[in-house]
Parts: sequence; structure tokens; C-alpha cells
Amino acid sequence: MAIVIFALFVGLVLFLSFYLARRTKSSSGYFAAGGNIHWSVNGISFAGDYLSAASFLGICGMISTVGYDGFLYSIGYLAGWIVALFVVAESLKQRGKYTFADALDSSFNSKGIQFAAALSTLVVSICYLIPQMVGAGALVTPLFGLPHWAGVIMVGTVVIIIVATAGMTSTTYVQFLKGGLLIIFSAILVACVCIRGLSTTPDRVAPNTDRLPFYEYKKLAATESNGTLIPADASYSVSGTYAGGKIVKLRKDGQDILFSKLAENGALVLRETQWKSEKAGGALWVNGAPASEENKLRPVGHLERIQGKTGAEVTTGSLSPFKLLAILGDKDTTAVRWKKLTFADGEDTVTAYCQTPTPGNEVLRPGLKFKVEGTGMDRLNFVSLMLALFCGTAALPHILIRYYTVPSPACARKSTIVAIAAIGFFYILTLFMGLGAMTSGVLNLESNNMSAPLLANSFGTFLFAVISAIAFATILGTVSGLIVAASGAVAHDIMDKLFDLKLTDHQKVFAGKATAIIVGVIAIVLGILFKGMNVSFLVGWAFAVAASANLPAIVMLLFWKKTTAKGITASILVGMSVALGIILASPSMYERYGLAAADALVSLDNPGIISIPASFVTLVIVSLLTQNPKAKTA
Amino acid sequence: MLHEPADQSGKACASAYKTRLGVRMFLLYGAVYVGFVAINVIKPVLMETIVVFGLNLAVVYGFGLIVAALVQALVYNHLCAAKEKELNGSCGQGETD
Repeated sequence: MAIVIFALFVGLVLFLSFYLARRTKSSSGYFAAGGNIHWSVNGISFAGDYLSAASFLGICGMISTVGYDGFLYSIGYLAGWIVALFVVAESLKQRGKYTFADALDSSFNSKGIQFAAALSTLVVSICYLIPQMVGAGALVTPLFGLPHWAGVIMVGTVVIIIVATAGMTSTTYVQFLKGGLLIIFSAILVACVCIRGLSTTPDRVAPNTDRLPFYEYKKLAATESNGTLIPADASYSVSGTYAGGKIVKLRKDGQDILFSKLAENGALVLRETQWKSEKAGGALWVNGAPASEENKLRPVGHLERIQGKTGAEVTTGSLSPFKLLAILGDKDTTAVRWKKLTFADGEDTVTAYCQTPTPGNEVLRPGLKFKVEGTGMDRLNFVSLMLALFCGTAALPHILIRYYTVPSPACARKSTIVAIAAIGFFYILTLFMGLGAMTSGVLNLESNNMSAPLLANSFGTFLFAVISAIAFATILGTVSGLIVAASGAVAHDIMDKLFDLKLTDHQKVFAGKATAIIVGVIAIVLGILFKGMNVSFLVGWAFAVAASANLPAIVMLLFWKKTTAKGITASILVGMSVALGIILASPSMYERYGLAAADALVSLDNPGIISIPASFVTLVIVSLLTQNPKAKTA
Repeated sequence: MLHEPADQSGKACASAYKTRLGVRMFLLYGAVYVGFVAINVIKPVLMETIVVFGLNLAVVYGFGLIVAALVQALVYNHLCAAKEKELNGSCGQGETD
């Protein structure tokens, strides 16, 4: 049934694409939907375009593992629309025709601006495309049991068909459909979470497997004497310690079990872990036995204590949304999160997933992922992230291009308001979905990107299939919008204006469609190569690059009369280079390279606090140095 | 919903007013946003304070930022629309809705 629902969705999207393709005749129609989409439709399309895999899958996934820190992304993403509405929307509409590069160049006719803006659009679009394709691969695996690359190719192929046949028009309606359904079904999912309430012993639920009762993880008291660990239960003996003593192997009845060692309320406690062992010969073992369809890592996520009450079968019954949050944020409520530790056991590489009991008051405030109480660099990273999120929305090329799909600045304003309402409502829902997944026995220890669909699965296969199909459509919509933006940059900005090829309308449309196919193929390849990478992290790249490259140029052009063409060009190139350079030299990327994070050239994971000001300063300095009172051509 | 060539927007009479209003509202929201970031950096434990309905400051402030964005957007639209209507006649080429 899941596959049928999924196929119906994709079929509907393709039908819309081909049906509306007949209405697209000119390059204006291809690139900017003829400028006559109604503002209410465009507003929901904004939401559909904006609510990408990162929003739905990544944020919910992050909240399900680190609580409120994931919600910071929701807040930052939404706040960015304020910049878009109050600073950019209407002024931009007055200036351009098809793309934001047009807007920047409207006063200058500068080859430098055309090149820099087009390059920035391409780079940001590709940065944003990667997590969408990775999300597609993550979706397909539990739904169809297909490998990651298959999901990536499916999305890429469908999107290329949509974009190459109909351009902006059908992507607008695809995103309208997707945006509306995403919000409706997310609200339904949240309602289900509230109606079910909370429990200390939720069933274990995973796709394509039977629902299993809650697994009671072993918990042993222990003491330490002269460096020797002594479990209180004498039937256990210590057979090994790892990871600096954090992991203990206990043996009972000939069976080895890994425990994590924790200090709780002043006493030593050993908590059973789950673990994967990659044997020297290549075999994979899970929880002490060979991995198989019947022996996999168990789904996790539960509350150990609810407002001071512990034990089996503690439930709350149905709750109002505020009551749900109040209980989860209570210091006497304890959520069991899971942390990963990797170490060597002889020739085997072991990954242990350790229970981490966390009181509710810590779950529902920043600090579990972004160490706001840590070092100065930790706090700078947090500030840098919030700055990039705030500044990034208004600078995303696939969002900016939507300002041209309505006939007037007033409509652009209203579109943005509709988008803010829809997106804001959805982001409030993400907090409930993420926390619901955290406490419902559905989490996959190896990847949190699927937390929201897996939560839906706990309410039945139908809801899981619908949510997965919507998530797939989410990715379709965002990817198609990005590819249209990228194809506009190449066909319109580079070929037509920069190289002055004087293309006819028909030739521009053809060039746009050819570019869409090429960019689509690149997106497929990158989506396969970046398998397993955190979706939200990759979108953070795109936001940081967009905020650094595009926003200073847009803002200064609108508000500072001394802005020159060379200043804009330099600003875009410097902002983009600094942002990308910091990202590629960051601790997170060093870990991706297989190197030690401590050896990273730059300690910042988020470049915004440096790259955004650098871009502004570059624009000011270069503009002042290149003032030309007679003409403003480059 | 026909798909004709993109409209070229005409002269926007209220442009200067809307720009000034937009900047002021952006600064107001920006101040509230900076306040949120500042509390988290300077005294994050304050975010655990229970404010209303059993909800802590983190949740209330976070929801508040989202709701405030919408409220400000609606106020902005109302004021801009009113100014556009007022200046429509004197400008001669008003913006269509």
C-alpha cells in the first residue's frame, strides 16, 4: 500500500507538469511563470519551495536527538523571512525581470556582476541540492528497501522531467500542492501525538517489521575499588573496558554485553548499550550476534520518568499541545537520548550507542548540541549559525526568483506574508514532531533524518506512506526550484547577457532546459557521493554561502547610493570564497576527510560571523575605491 | 491562471515610505532576535524559567519570535496598503493587488 500511495503522488506531480507545459510559450513563462501567479498560490508555493528536506526531515531529526537545539534552526529559518519581507521583497521586484542577478545588474550592465551573481546562484543551488538528494536516498531505503543511490536517481529523473518540460510554471503548482499537503499532514501527525500522549514504555516500531513491545534495557548498580569495577549483580563479571573506561564489557552465562558507565545521583550505574562490531574479516555483528533481517539495531526513544513517576506503564493519556511541552520540559521528566562512541576491540571496530538520560529542562532549552555554556569558540559558533540562518533566507536564489512570479510588489509582499504564516505554523509543528519521535520508540540509531516519517509509522502504515510521499514531493519541489534557478543563471545570465549570444526566446528556453538536465545529473552524482551526510549541516552551508555572497550585495545596492559594479562583484566573490573556505577547513569537514577535528585549520563550523562582515566590508571598500561620478558601467 | 509575459512594474509611489517602514520594522524584530541570541549566550539557564502554561522561556520566546514575524508582517502589509491607496490618485499609476 505504501508503494501505491507513493506512486499516485509522483504520478499526480508528473501529470501537472505535462498538463501545464502547454501553457509555457516564452522564456518569461519558463523562468518566471509569466509573472501572473496569484499571490496566495505563490505564498504557499514559497512555503513549499522553502520547506525542503532539511526543514521536514533534518529539523525533526535533530530535535528528536538533541531537543531544543534542533528548533533553533526553525527559529532562524523563519526569522530570515523578516529580512526578505522588510528589506528585500518589494525593492527587488522593482528592479529585475527574471533572476536576482538581473536585479543586481539593473543599474550597471556589468559583466562582472553577471558572472559573479550567476556563479553564486550555481554554487548556492548546488550546495542546497546535495542535502535534498541525500534526503531522497534516506527516504527510499525504509520505504522500498532500495539502496540510497536508487532514491537519488528516482528524484533526479522525475525532477529533470518536470523542469525540462515545463520550467517554473509547473514547479510553482508542484510546490503549492506539496506545501499545502505537508502542512496539513504534519498537523494531523501532531494531533496523533497529542491524542496518544506519553508513555515510559512505548512499543518498538520500524517499517516493514512487526510492532514489538518495549525493550527493558538492563541497568546495574556498581562500585569501584582500587580501579576495579564491581557490578552489584554478582552473576556479571567484567571482561573488558574501552573508550577510557566509558564502556564496560560484562559477561554473563557465556554472553558478552556492552554497558556504558555513568554517574547518576552520586552513584555508579551501568546501562546496557546497543552496539555494532565490524569484524576484521568484514562481517558485521549487532548486539553480540551476526547482523541479519532478524538481528538489527532496535528502534529507540522513550521517557524513563514522567514528572517524577517511573516504572513500567506510566502514561499520561491525551494531552493538549502546551501540556505536552510542559511535561517534556519538566525537570522531573527524563528522556533517554543516545550517544555514539567508536573504539577498537582487538581488530574489530565497535560503535556503541549509549543511553544518555537527560532531564526535560535540559531537553527543552539550548545546550545539548550547541554548547552555549561552553568555551568562547562554542558560543561564537552558535552566534555565527544564528546569524547565517537569519541572513540566508533573503539571499537564496531559488527563493528570490519567486518574487518575479507575481505581477506587482504588493503581491510580492502578500506572497511573503502567506509564506511566513504557513512556514511559521509548520515550524511550530516541527517541535512537536521531533519531541514525539524522541519519546515514541521509533528512532533509528544510525540516522535521524527519518525521524518524522518513522513517527508517522508508529500510527500506521497509511500515515507513514502518505508522510513519506509528501516528504518525497517536498524534495521534488525544492530540487525543481533549485534547478530552475540554476538553469536561469546559466541560460539567461551567462549565455544571454554575459556572453551576449543574443538568443531568441526559443533558444533561451532550450538552453534553460539543457542546463536543467545537466545540473540535474550533477545533483544525482553528488547526492550519491554525499550519502550519510547530515542534511541540516549541508543546508547550513547553503545558507552561509548565500548570506555571505548575495545578501550584502542586495542590501547595499538597495540602501547605499555609492555602491558600484566592482564593489558588488568583489563582495559576491569574497563572501562566497570566505564562506566556502571556512567550511572546507572546519572541524566538521576534517572529520569527513578522515582527519582529526582538532587539526582543522579553522575552529569555526559556521562561517557566517566572518564571511558576512567580510563581504560587506569588501563591498564598501571596493565601491569607495571605484567611484565614478560620470558612469556606473564596469 | 494564464501565463503571459512578466509584467514590468510601474513607478511605485509609496516606495520611499515602505522602505523606511520596512527598515524600522526589521530593526525592531532584529532587536528581539538579538535578545534571544544574547540570553542563550550570556545566561542560557534563564531559558529554563517557567513563564506561562508550564512552558519555559525557551519555548515561549521561540514561539514568540515566530508569531511576532507574522504579526509584524500583517501590520506592515496593512500600513503599506493604506499608503499605496492614499498615494494612488496623486501618482497616477497605482500598484495592482
